[in-house]
Amino acid sequence: MSMKKYVLILGAALLMAGCGSSVKLDDVPVEDRSGASVAGADSNAAGKNGVTSVDLDKSKLGTAPVGPRIVYFDYDSYVVKPEFQSVIEAHARYIKADKNRKVAIEGHTDERGGREYNLALGQKRAEAVRRALGLLGVADSQVEAVSFGKEKPAVQGGDEAAWSKNRRAEISYR
Amino acid sequence: MLKRSLLCLIAGLAVLPAWAQFRVEVSGIGLTQLPIAIAPFRGDDVSPQKMGAIVQADLERSGQFRLIDASGSGLDENARPDMSPWRQKGADSLVAGSVTRLADGRYDVRFRLWDVVRGQDLGGQSYAVTVGDLRLAAHRIADFIYEKLTGDKGAFSTRIAYVTKAAQRYSLWVADADGENAQAALTSPEPIISPAWSPNGAQLAYVSFESRKPVVYVHDIASGRRRLVANFRGSNSAPAWSPDGRTLAVTLSRDGVSQIYGLDAAAGGEPRRLSQSSSIDTEPAYAPDGKSIYFVSDRGGSPQIYRMPASGGAAERVTFTGTYNISPSISQDGRWLAYISRVSGAFKLHVMELASGNTVPITETSADENPSFAPNSRLIVYATKQQDREALMTTTLDGKLKARLAGQGGDIREPDWGPFQKQN
Repeated sequence: MSMKKYVLILGAALLMAGCGSSVKLDDVPVEDRSGASVAGADSNAAGKNGVTSVDLDKSKLGTAPVGPRIVYFDYDSYVVKPEFQSVIEAHARYIKADKNRKVAIEGHTDERGGREYNLALGQKRAEAVRRALGLLGVADSQVEAVSFGKEKPAVQGGDEAAWSKNRRAEISYR
Repeated sequence: MLKRSLLCLIAGLAVLPAWAQFRVEVSGIGLTQLPIAIAPFRGDDVSPQKMGAIVQADLERSGQFRLIDASGSGLDENARPDMSPWRQKGADSLVAGSVTRLADGRYDVRFRLWDVVRGQDLGGQSYAVTVGDLRLAAHRIADFIYEKLTGDKGAFSTRIAYVTKAAQRYSLWVADADGENAQAALTSPEPIISPAWSPNGAQLAYVSFESRKPVVYVHDIASGRRRLVANFRGSNSAPAWSPDGRTLAVTLSRDGVSQIYGLDAAAGGEPRRLSQSSSIDTEPAYAPDGKSIYFVSDRGGSPQIYRMPASGGAAERVTFTGTYNISPSISQDGRWLAYISRVSGAFKLHVMELASGNTVPITETSADENPSFAPNSRLIVYATKQQDREALMTTTLDGKLKARLAGQGGDIREPDWGPFQKQN
């Protein structure tokens, strides 16, 4: 093995060790301020329990090229209602038209209950839309179902009017 | 504030300068409490941290102590106090100490604990600390007193992690167990949930949405170095450390439904599926002996808590009352299960004694979340909503004494109580 090749592999290994996996760091700038001291305390004063702060910049948001992109769900339900079939068909056509298109189905819940369990419930909604797209011939490789649980409500509020707007799956192009 | 003032009046305690930073809101009174007098430390008036007040707040929050007014006593660790006035006040124990600035800028903190009834010296300690470690020194004093007088190890000098949301910024904080002295470990425009301390207290695993999907990071607290450990297709969430720190249990949806997997915490690599169902399985929590994993599953039609061997296999159901039982947390002594149960539409913290199955609701609030035991198994920290703001509370296991933790502005959530720290 040439030295150059060895250095390249070593470099790649170091990169991977640093990132752990293949997250796109372009989209997710990570500002590592390891050298900076904790606010309000000098390095001597920080003491034994020092914590180094990391700040993440705002990541870019996806755009929706074809009409409505949100499917709403009933309470405690993961069934895509017939009224949203046309939305899913429009996106299925659009995704199939270009094999390079990548889409994320982002499941959401209302605010009631635990964060992790809601994350799993939102995942079920996202999977339901992913399966509906699959039935219309969309390749699995183009679609990823993910969940935000109750972390990203579309509407703030503690009543059914808000909750019904938050129980949703969003079709998001990446 | 009014409520606290009233309580102070009822308890016959004068509101004194030493109480100025005392932010524990007591909402109930325990039954058997040890009466203790903690004199303001000599030097507290010029110290950046009021040692006596911090020790008082710690002990009161534990629910095991009743504080006897010791203001104006003018004692320090060198005094040989006359015990009779303290006996008259009803104190069984007395603490006196001092805090002194040293020439190098550090502080010398000393204290002595007295058995008032027997007139006996129960010992003391001294610490030379930086200004940043003054609170830590006070928490260690509280630990010393707690252990001497109750026989149980104190957990005041431990740390908690929690998440705040303020002005669309999410921050992961590491704070003292009383919520004070918070330092931001991570700030992000996207949500952060489910922080989980590694058993050695050096790292936090958590779920971050920074890449527009939930992925699991392991974050070294001291250096700020982060490692992406679970970024598989679909959602990655609910990290839980095995007690030996070798395995990270996570929930992955890579196979189409949320299931629990085990990851090598250091090397990563291919996850090993631990739960086997076609339903939601999530929120893994290792038993302290590492032999089993408690988790939430809706395989029976509603979310309930189950237990399975840590290597996977047949699961047995643990909760049977109600139709929504989530977020299991097991005490380090293995005796207690804390979880959230939905009762008449309200989400309430419950504590189950595992040996008997006896279960007690702990709170009057209706949006409780995410309980986590102190490492000495004597307190639980949990998130709830008060006056429409998210707040952190601690409670004794019987629910008789609760305290609202101090913390940042904005909504505070997702607490995780860290392990005992090495005394170095």
